[in-house]
Amino acid sequence: MLKALQNLDRRWIFLLMGLAVGVPILVIGITGRTFPETPTPLAQSVFDAVNELDAGDKVLLSFDYDPASEGELAPMATAFVRHCAQRKLKMYFMALWPVGPRMVQQNIRRVIEQDYPDLVYGEDYVDLGFKAGNEAVIKVIVTDLRQYFTTDSKGTPVEEIPMMREVRSVQDMDLLVNVSAGYPGSKEWVLYASTPFGRSASNPEGFQTVAGCTGVQAPLMYPYIPKQLAGLLGAIKGAAEYEFLVNEWVREQRIAEALVAGGMAEAEAADLATTFAKSPGAAEEWTVSGAAASMSPEAKSDLIRVADAPIPGKYLEGQRRMGPQLVAHLLMVLLIIVGNVIFFMSRKRGGAR
Amino acid sequence: MRRTVPLWITAIAGVALVISAFLPATRGWGEDVATWFSILAAVAFVLGGGNLLKVHLRKISDRQSGWGYSSIVLACFFATLWVGLFKVGVHPNPKYPDVAYSGQTQGIGSPFWWLYEYAFKPLTSTMFAMLAFYVASAAFRAFRAKNVEAVLLLGTAFIILLGRTFAGVVLTGWIPADGAFAGLRLENLSVYVMQVFNTAGNRAIIIGIALGIASTSLKILLGIDRSYLGSGD
Repeated sequence: MLKALQNLDRRWIFLLMGLAVGVPILVIGITGRTFPETPTPLAQSVFDAVNELDAGDKVLLSFDYDPASEGELAPMATAFVRHCAQRKLKMYFMALWPVGPRMVQQNIRRVIEQDYPDLVYGEDYVDLGFKAGNEAVIKVIVTDLRQYFTTDSKGTPVEEIPMMREVRSVQDMDLLVNVSAGYPGSKEWVLYASTPFGRSASNPEGFQTVAGCTGVQAPLMYPYIPKQLAGLLGAIKGAAEYEFLVNEWVREQRIAEALVAGGMAEAEAADLATTFAKSPGAAEEWTVSGAAASMSPEAKSDLIRVADAPIPGKYLEGQRRMGPQLVAHLLMVLLIIVGNVIFFMSRKRGGAR
Repeated sequence: MRRTVPLWITAIAGVALVISAFLPATRGWGEDVATWFSILAAVAFVLGGGNLLKVHLRKISDRQSGWGYSSIVLACFFATLWVGLFKVGVHPNPKYPDVAYSGQTQGIGSPFWWLYEYAFKPLTSTMFAMLAFYVASAAFRAFRAKNVEAVLLLGTAFIILLGRTFAGVVLTGWIPADGAFAGLRLENLSVYVMQVFNTAGNRAIIIGIALGIASTSLKILLGIDRSYLGSGD
């Protein structure tokens, strides 16, 4: 038995890993269920940094990743775009990676064009495209954006784009969001943009920076928190936590809007919306109570529809991917333990190297 | 001449960048140098293409082992270059319907989009995903508690692996979240490890690297270290 385990063909381990990832994907795909998330302070900081902005504030979103890291980073990029769109912030997209514009366009198509069709290109969001030069691009656009970005990704001169008229440099932004898979990425944005020109004690009006990055990058970014980097989403876990916060907030917003449309005062609607968003079915129960007597039947059915509306799958990708991650991590722990048991047993018998 | 000119370019560009960081009046110098760098970076794409051709054509002409793969690389390279450069199959921009080549190369449904969506994207995703299999195999064969350091590393790995998933909540969920021992819950422990031990170690490394970079940069700017010129000095 020991000898068999010692000489175990690695293809068996590959098969186990394949099953550990594949089976949860199938199960979650069929059931649609996800694990509950408890946001960590870092994910909460990212959420707060976006949420504290006012409608019309400017956000620079730099998507510096490629398809290799898309599985890990696309859910957080989607959540960022949804949060900004829902918050009615002006979004300036750009990329320092050659295939970054693909990631930008994908999110524009999946989030803005499908779910926020009232947002206008050039007035509410703009895609500035890719620029070669790595940190040199950051170094220049942080003081003069137009030196590099003379047109958007479609070739329209920036002078003809309404939302570009009030932007001279990155310093005109209110928030910098970076989703990155390596170099150039979060570290370069922190070193060349956030540190010299971002919000600090001497520059309280400066922009804040938040980032989302891969698991291997995250440990390298922790030293910059919280002064140079207001918040960090590390890998799919960070994405799932942020996604959870955004989904909850969007539901709250929609419930509050439905309550206000039904004739309720804004402050009261906001309080009730928080309760309804957290407990499924609570809105329906409330509509049959006396407290909802003044609401019209149409407003009540609208409220129930909004409160119990399922979250579209594209906004649950991060939380769904925590399932395969759980089983894969458990398998890794198990393999390490088994490997060590074999090692110590072999050593006891005098066979270990 | 071949060595002196690059040395002077490096020294002037480097000194301009250093000065511009300290004197606001000279900030424009730094921006100019950064712009030169970006132009060079764009030219590097062409040089990269040239180098790729050189390496793989030599492999094919010498019939070195794996020359077949080189021919696939070159075929893919030329196909992508041709489709992208000549805007093959691109529809004209609706704004300028009469202007040839006015459409976007990367528009949905275009051959370039097709190459990206059905060749580049699945291939790069697959390459990265294969890491999971090799990491699992390596964990089984190499991650051994041979000494105290290895035991510490193993313990930290377990905390992070479990704490970053719902397993952490299940295993230590019985510890009251608001109690004195809440910090021992795996999800909190993993955050603690990242924010305290990792940050402390990384800050030390970052400071060390920064000092090293400053020293190496000075050597390069002063022309003491010329190894980047490929001279072997």
